[in-house]
Amino acid sequence: MPILEVHHIEKHFGATRVLEDISFSLEEGRALAIIGSSGSGKTTLLRCLNFLETPDRGQILVRGKTLFDAGDPATQRESEIRKKRLHFGMVFQSFHLFPQYTALENVTLAPRLLAKERPDFKSTRREICGEIERRGKELLDQMGLADRARHYPHQLSGGQQQRVAIARALAMKPDILCFDEPTSALDPELTGEVLKVIRSLAEQKTTMIIVTHEMAFARDVADQVIFMDRGVIVEQGEARQVIERPARERTRQFLARYAQQ
Amino acid sequence: MFATVIGALNVGFLQTLKLFAVTLLGAIPLGLIVSFGSMSRWAPLGRPVKWFLAKTRREAGGCSRFLMGLRPISLLTRLLVWVIRGTPLMLQLIILYYVPGKVLDQSPWGSGETGRFLASAIAFIINYSCYFSEIYRGGIQGVPVGQQEAGMVLGMTKSQIFFKVTLLQMIKRIVPPMSNEIITLVKDTSIARIISMQEVIWAGYAFMKGSHGYSGLLWPLFFTGVYYLAFNGFLTLFFGWIERKLSYFR
Repeated sequence: MPILEVHHIEKHFGATRVLEDISFSLEEGRALAIIGSSGSGKTTLLRCLNFLETPDRGQILVRGKTLFDAGDPATQRESEIRKKRLHFGMVFQSFHLFPQYTALENVTLAPRLLAKERPDFKSTRREICGEIERRGKELLDQMGLADRARHYPHQLSGGQQQRVAIARALAMKPDILCFDEPTSALDPELTGEVLKVIRSLAEQKTTMIIVTHEMAFARDVADQVIFMDRGVIVEQGEARQVIERPARERTRQFLARYAQQ
Repeated sequence: MFATVIGALNVGFLQTLKLFAVTLLGAIPLGLIVSFGSMSRWAPLGRPVKWFLAKTRREAGGCSRFLMGLRPISLLTRLLVWVIRGTPLMLQLIILYYVPGKVLDQSPWGSGETGRFLASAIAFIINYSCYFSEIYRGGIQGVPVGQQEAGMVLGMTKSQIFFKVTLLQMIKRIVPPMSNEIITLVKDTSIARIISMQEVIWAGYAFMKGSHGYSGLLWPLFFTGVYYLAFNGFLTLFFGWIERKLSYFR
């Protein structure tokens, strides 16, 4: 059974249709890259998965369970949406780290708040907080930021900030980690360190959806690729095949423009 | 003579400080509630109208769009803020103090200094919470939406996002405009004199008319300025300290 199934998602902003009949599925432990030009709906699709936008039509299933069904208001209750979001992690283009917290606090804040809802929190507060702290440090270490744990976001480079953001998302142990153009806000010399981290996550079989403009990276790291244009999926398939031997004319045009640069 | 005057001015300034402190204590939290009111997106007719349009298979026209976008809480709050900010505090104070007495048989404020203080405090709290609310609104809306979205995808509740993420960033943003407004409040307390609340200017002025056996003294009135200057000097230092305390993040 796929870990994620998306069926016939459709989304309008006013009269503009931004997503039309989006369907795909993703197996556990695999990485999916979504490519396409600006305004093709890639980001909106990720935002729909994270419940930051509400699709007008379609269903979203995780491990066979319906998380969202546009036709069923019972799946759209505000109180449950918060918990449903935890199936997905999100790394934003411009990081959105919390400026008043250190790198480590950024990573541990949400797990700490969530732990407060556990019934055994009062009696085992110390152990739980100790465990969250330990795991936060471990994640920063994994991102190569062990010595930056006590730094505030403004004291870090863009690449370091984005790696903290990745650690922050991983701390919630999401089923599927989403990246929204994770390197687009970075200087070219800083993209490498972030891509390296994502690559190592792929090697550890983290289930991921990556919206990206880095074609070579998508080809090498992703298992599957979706090419979107004007709100529809033009082509999807095995990564190497879509990027090296695209079947559709529109995909070919898009990739040719990238090859020229 | 000097000791008598200073003693009387001290008593007056104590009343000034009391009004200042009570206004802040009331207006700082009330302003937050008012700002939430003016930012309220509650549109009770949104869903029913949408449903009605779908049911009758009609396109949304001007009238239905107006009904769907109607936000009564936000509208009422903004109306209140407009009225309070659009009229002089002095006028509001006079109306609040004298009108209930005309309408009812007996003034609810009584005739003593306590009643005058209470009426002043209520008028000042309402007036200042409207000003504060607009500063808060600017501060909250100045925090990038991405901050809230980051909190949302991490599974935080709305109140967790406000208290753990937005609030401190908002406070950092509003310190300069709030310090401005609070220093204005120190001086505005003298407006309470219009209903004869015995604050420091009232006390200084009394020595011109005759008080404690002196009359025709000008300098006590001028000397009240020293009190305001000294207290505002202290406040300026205090706000500078807060700004430095919050400079550890950007």
